[in-house]
Amino acid sequence: MRNRPLFLKLLSAVIVFGAWEIAGRIPVSYAFPTFLESMSALAALTLDGTIFTAYAETLKPLVVGIIISAVLGIGIGLWTGLSSKFDWLFSPIFVVMQAAPLAALIPLLIMVYGIGLTSKVLVVCIMAMPVIVLNTSGAVRNTPYTLKEMGRAFLGTERDIMLKIVIPAASPIIFAGLRLGVSAGFIGAILSELKITPTGVGDIITYSRSIADYPSMYAAIFSIIVLAVLFLNLLEKIERLLFGGNIRGYVSD
Amino acid sequence: MAMSQTRVAPKRGDEHDVEYAVSVRDVSKNYGDVEALKDLSLDFPRGQLTSILGPSGCGKTTLLKIIAGLLSPTSGEVEVNGKAVTGPGPDRAFVFQDFALLPWASVIRNVAFGLELRGVARSERESIAQKYIQNVGLGGFENSFPHELSGGMRQRVGLARALSVDAQVLLMDEPFSAVDEQTRRKFQEDLLSLVQQESRTFIFVTHSIEEAVYVSDQIAILLPRPSRVSEIIKPTGIRNKGTDDIRRDPEYLDIVDRIWASLRSYVE
Repeated sequence: MRNRPLFLKLLSAVIVFGAWEIAGRIPVSYAFPTFLESMSALAALTLDGTIFTAYAETLKPLVVGIIISAVLGIGIGLWTGLSSKFDWLFSPIFVVMQAAPLAALIPLLIMVYGIGLTSKVLVVCIMAMPVIVLNTSGAVRNTPYTLKEMGRAFLGTERDIMLKIVIPAASPIIFAGLRLGVSAGFIGAILSELKITPTGVGDIITYSRSIADYPSMYAAIFSIIVLAVLFLNLLEKIERLLFGGNIRGYVSD
Repeated sequence: MAMSQTRVAPKRGDEHDVEYAVSVRDVSKNYGDVEALKDLSLDFPRGQLTSILGPSGCGKTTLLKIIAGLLSPTSGEVEVNGKAVTGPGPDRAFVFQDFALLPWASVIRNVAFGLELRGVARSERESIAQKYIQNVGLGGFENSFPHELSGGMRQRVGLARALSVDAQVLLMDEPFSAVDEQTRRKFQEDLLSLVQQESRTFIFVTHSIEEAVYVSDQIAILLPRPSRVSEIIKPTGIRNKGTDDIRRDPEYLDIVDRIWASLRSYVE
């Protein structure tokens, strides 16, 4: 029973990679390498250390951006969720941010903040923050009323009710927002490297494409997906550690 | 038939006053134009279980939440042990209809949550919680989460939480309405022995006539629009019978019939 999820994961990996391999062999397109070619390119990139220096560069805006987005995003989300005034003031900004065509706005960011780290961090934040803010504020606003009433009946202070009831109750949706935000942040980090200055993983992608080394290009894309999945798994572990009973949903379900 | 029935006439300053744990005096509650309660007065004898019974929409839960201090009355006042109620207090504990358990917390943390909010140290509150978890028959489930328990067990957690804060008055808002019929019967039997063991005052809101007659020392019947106490019934004769004999006692059946006769015209 315990091994079944692992088995299913492996099975789905085999199916997806098998399909990739077959599609590469047909070939679907001259620019689409097979799975095995991509993996050997990844091994080569790993062995000569290129991938590590690339990630050292890419992770900077990514990690900084995600930390800022998570801390600021949850903070603003709690604030707008609890006060209708701040909701009125801030929510439209994030709705607009989420809907904005970011790639088109990047030249504007470069004009203001240059081509350095600041612009890249901002791209990550613009991608990651709106969904974190909007999810957090929505979740906080929808705390089950009887839980708050229970807190008052058992003499909880406003602060107790906030920290021990409202935030934990909102945590599943806050974490769902974090997961979506982090995924969007990964996209933002690569986008910024493709659109602002080619550094890190974005550089491998751009360069390999320009010399038609498609296996290396797909190897880089594959590696970023793997990293994102690992990161999302880590996030899930943190959630389970903090709010174990929430995983199966609410008592009132 | 040893059944007494009195019109409500709260006697302020009367020598019997000390026997009442909770007194509700001339309480009115309006929601906008709607009068939920009007000039309602009712006394709750110390150490006994009083049910508040009435058709749905008659303001039973509103009254209970006013006593709890969760709602404030438009006019009138509530006294608990002679002190006017201004908000929730340590002398009252609440059992919720929908349990109101923290889904992310284990049984023991849920039971100890009232004490946690009062700032009781962890080891102390957990040993108190442990005792009441045993009392309500949930021993062995300390580390389970609410979603792993049946509806009846969840309400036992809610009950243990209310008992562990050591309040003299227990306010129960239709506590058994969300559990199945068999669990409910077991609960009612357990409640009877709980009232005997614990020297606390129980205020019990229900819409079930049979339940009210089965568990109560005193039944206050509320009639709606606007709510007032129409009569108080004390099923004293059946109180000393064993839990198995109450339901076929002629007095039990008579009271159930009589209450239904006076309520039926208010039920749509």
